[in-house]
Amino acid sequence: MNKIKGDLLRESFDECLPTRDGYGKALEKLAKQDKRIVVVDADLASSTRSLWFSKHAPERFFYAGISEQNAVGLAVGLALEGKKAFVSSFAIFLTGRAFEIIRQSVCYNNVPVKIVGSHAGILTGKDGPTAQATEDIAIMRCLPRMNIIVPADAVEAEHATMFLGDFEQPCYLRTNREPTPLIFNEHSYRFEFGKGIQLTDGRDATIIACGALVHIAIEASRELAKKGIGVRVINMHTIKPIDRKIIEEAAKETKAIITAEDHQIIGGLGSAVAEVLAEENLRVRFKRIGLRGFAESGSPADLYRKYGFTAERLANEIEGLIRSI
Amino acid sequence: MAKLSKKKIKELEEIARQIRVLSLKMTSRAKAGHPGGSLSAAEIIAALYFHKMRYNPADPKWPERDRFILSKGHSCPAQYAALALLGVIPIRELNRLREVDSMLQGHPDRNKTPGIETVTGTLGQGFSVACGMALAAKLDGRKHKIYAVLGDGELQEGIVWEAAMFAGFHKLNNLVAIVDHNKCQNDGYIKDIMDVTPIAEKFKAFRWNACEIDGHNIKEIIGALDKADKSDKPTVIIADTVKGKGVSFMEHKPEWHGKALPKELLEKALKELGEI
Repeated sequence: MNKIKGDLLRESFDECLPTRDGYGKALEKLAKQDKRIVVVDADLASSTRSLWFSKHAPERFFYAGISEQNAVGLAVGLALEGKKAFVSSFAIFLTGRAFEIIRQSVCYNNVPVKIVGSHAGILTGKDGPTAQATEDIAIMRCLPRMNIIVPADAVEAEHATMFLGDFEQPCYLRTNREPTPLIFNEHSYRFEFGKGIQLTDGRDATIIACGALVHIAIEASRELAKKGIGVRVINMHTIKPIDRKIIEEAAKETKAIITAEDHQIIGGLGSAVAEVLAEENLRVRFKRIGLRGFAESGSPADLYRKYGFTAERLANEIEGLIRSI
Repeated sequence: MAKLSKKKIKELEEIARQIRVLSLKMTSRAKAGHPGGSLSAAEIIAALYFHKMRYNPADPKWPERDRFILSKGHSCPAQYAALALLGVIPIRELNRLREVDSMLQGHPDRNKTPGIETVTGTLGQGFSVACGMALAAKLDGRKHKIYAVLGDGELQEGIVWEAAMFAGFHKLNNLVAIVDHNKCQNDGYIKDIMDVTPIAEKFKAFRWNACEIDGHNIKEIIGALDKADKSDKPTVIIADTVKGKGVSFMEHKPEWHGKALPKELLEKALKELGEI
């Protein structure tokens, strides 16, 4: 039980990097590899890491200034003329303030612009709720043609960004400010769009997580293993389109499913999983872990403790669900 | 730059008249649409598509073409009329405006209609996208120009000024904005709802060239467009126009912004336009 698939996961989770660094590293490679790549940022390129691109291709990097709506519009114009356009800023400003530009000019227009929102979730920390995007997955998920990727660590973020370089559809990539444990071994990791990754084995319960909740889910599964409870952890890096098959298997092969995400419980990963369970008539104990309101300022660690994003909490919830069967 | 003969001016005036006739007919048939702003933009659209722009109607995706973006997308009946007269879309399609399964949506849709560069219809976005297209052309050293037609009411949208600031700062002299200054918006007169004047001064402050012309005078429109070719900055042409131009009972009337003419008024209008 709890056998890890091959050497996909690292031996230890001690080394930390923010997922935004994975985006920045990939942009550096893409800058050199592909002359068609262009990047637009608002005024947060050092924070989103798109500035790393500008070091290698300054002529293909553009500041829109603090104007997220025009930043997205510019990216659309560039993409319509054959450029591979990334636009990045804080997740809340892009998906919130520029929502209607994304809806009409990206999605309805069907232009393959890559929207990269950093500083997602309460992991953003001390800047407080105004900078913590906690509804972004929900509002991007309801848009026709939009795809959504939430990397679990910087390795995955880098691979996902490389994938997006050639991806010919609109996509939202969600990254974080705060360093989080590197969980994947670079040499064995492969990004497969739309395919969840099973990280641990277990027959008692499943945790389906995304982003920084994935390493916490693995910790929870390890704690529960000590008590003889087997937990399957699934890293659902692609929220849309969701991997229905891996959810169906989990529902059939384990007794309970918990989703975990640094996002409101409405409209995010938990909702996406619930939709599959309900539509496929899969009877399984089910619980969503996420936010149920706005958070506050605080260190990421303190916020994760207060709002229940800990291995202990996940373990307790699973024990509770299993007991209730 | 093509030479402008008296004969050519007459031809373009006739095309503008036909754009008006077709705009009114198609919106009346659809019992919906925006005739007022289609009529005010008729000469601007005629001058661009039928004279100024490098454009091959047989190949609307020709990479060297000049780009036309109707940022005031609701006036698309006038653009659809022009595309039909050019033969880019079949003229019979105009009868299917706003109908289910039609290629002609209520607002321009590049995925459904040949000759449309980008989705417009929510104000300000087309202009921002046009800036991105101008930037792409600069990046690749390509020579085509990007023409964006905006409404004056549209200038109330914040994104217009975000884009204007960008274009001025980056000296996108391959971008030309034409403001169809008809002084009316959906709910009434612009001066009463949210005055956007002075327009030229605003754009100049954003590092644009600006000029003001009579937007129904073909010679002035083309003169201003030709002048824009020599500019080292983006150019805005503020075209003084009349909402509902050409039909006496529609002129200067905001109520014809978003309402089609009923049958009896359509006949009256077509008579005034010399069609019947």
